[in-house]
Amino acid sequence: MSLKGAGYIVGAWEHPTRKATDKSVTLLHAECAKGALEDAGLTKDDVDAYYCAGDAPGLGPMSMIDYMGLKVRHMDSTDVGGSSYQVAVGHALQAIATGRANVALITLAGRPRSEGMATGTAPRAGNPAQAEMQFEYPYGPATANMYAMCAMRHMHEYGTTSEQLAWIKVAASHHAQHNPHAMLRDVVTVEDVVNSPMVASPLHRLDCCVISDGGGALIVTRPEIAKSLKRPLVKVIGVGEAAKNPSAGEVDLTYSAARWSGPPAWEMAGIKPSDIKYASIYDSFTITVLMQLEDLGFCAKGEGGKFVMDGNLISGVGKLPFNTDGGGLCSNHPANRGGITKIIEAVRQLRGEAHKAVQVPNCDLAIAHGTGGSLGTRHVGSTVILERE
Amino acid sequence: MSFVQRKIPFVGSVETNPETKPFFDGCAAGKLVIPQCVDTGKFIWYPRTISPFTFGAVEWKEVSGNGTIYTFSVMERANPPYCIAYVQLAEGPRIMTNIVDVDFKEVKIGMAVKLKFIDTENGPPMPFFAPA
Repeated sequence: MSLKGAGYIVGAWEHPTRKATDKSVTLLHAECAKGALEDAGLTKDDVDAYYCAGDAPGLGPMSMIDYMGLKVRHMDSTDVGGSSYQVAVGHALQAIATGRANVALITLAGRPRSEGMATGTAPRAGNPAQAEMQFEYPYGPATANMYAMCAMRHMHEYGTTSEQLAWIKVAASHHAQHNPHAMLRDVVTVEDVVNSPMVASPLHRLDCCVISDGGGALIVTRPEIAKSLKRPLVKVIGVGEAAKNPSAGEVDLTYSAARWSGPPAWEMAGIKPSDIKYASIYDSFTITVLMQLEDLGFCAKGEGGKFVMDGNLISGVGKLPFNTDGGGLCSNHPANRGGITKIIEAVRQLRGEAHKAVQVPNCDLAIAHGTGGSLGTRHVGSTVILERE
Repeated sequence: MSFVQRKIPFVGSVETNPETKPFFDGCAAGKLVIPQCVDTGKFIWYPRTISPFTFGAVEWKEVSGNGTIYTFSVMERANPPYCIAYVQLAEGPRIMTNIVDVDFKEVKIGMAVKLKFIDTENGPPMPFFAPA
């Protein structure tokens, strides 16, 4: 059974806050849920399935289901970091297609900025029963240096340059200038990026995403319900998920899990990368974008540096407009997880509701790809392909 | 820039995952002892005693401690800065480590390195690598 078209995204809402000192994480989740339901024209009582991940306080989905007063018959709290929400869309599709759900709510929220979290530069000690922990933690794996090791190897193998990576930030900043909620709204140049302080070589400060509070929510529902609502129809036509890791020592940092999550999504959708009008690509760091573009087939492996240069990702300028809200690099990265905002901006583009300065004309096919975890060790890539009907 | 050795943290104890004891016994004796998949002959990193290649048995073997840098990154935001890396051992596997006793400006992919054990703050000595 193909899942193509089994579900539509009828509600998509992003919290406008970037610093929520006066709100709890649970309240942010609930405000996002309320916003997405209002966007869809549905109510809380219509929800019969709930999906969240590790940013939701409590044991799996239980505390949030309680807090929001939901009554559900299907739930999933698969936590694979920032790509959990792409995974949730795919899992919601399975539940809808098999009659286990009608209206699925997906939420994300967090406040690492208010909590003063050193998100990218401080190694986090985990449970030592997690078998790799004792053999990695002593060496100081943070987030930034794990992605940086991928960038270093990419530069070595393919001649990718810091200036090429910088173009990704430049494109994001061109888009963020139009987003009143974005944390970083100043347009930057390649020189600004490569002259910003080094964080973890070869990644500079401006190669890294922002640390922000906030959140977002999505409503996925079956075709009959979607067509009864008043919103433009955004159909899910492709999904894929895959896990990649250091493979017991056979480490290869030149590609990401997108190499495996992309093909099933493309096959389901029946389209190819050149058909895509708009791409939301997870942007924890500039290198994340470059590798995912290659692995999703937008260009050949090793050609990512050339592909992103000269404004090729800037809406109205280049061939592949990306992250037109400013993305994680400039707008927000709530709960240190950027997956859901990738889907939300793709929905805006397909509805024709992106900012007019960045709206892609006749945008009928979009992709929203996430990477959760660490590109340098273990991570999950998840791909969602959407079509405006 | 002269090298400053940061303090090395450890999490849990050598008893946390009992089957990895031969690795930590090796560290205490200044030897790098890692598992090898009996079925495939491939060395396995990080240590485990059920082969992730076949679910078959492993044998613990001492390896040479010689390797080359596969990739690295200097965490310049840390105080003192440190150089995380994957080193490819002569025997095959690429293992996470730090490059020590080196001017970070000299570190390059492909550089030959050799094993050095360094004490952790609250655990066993662990394997690090310095220029060969």
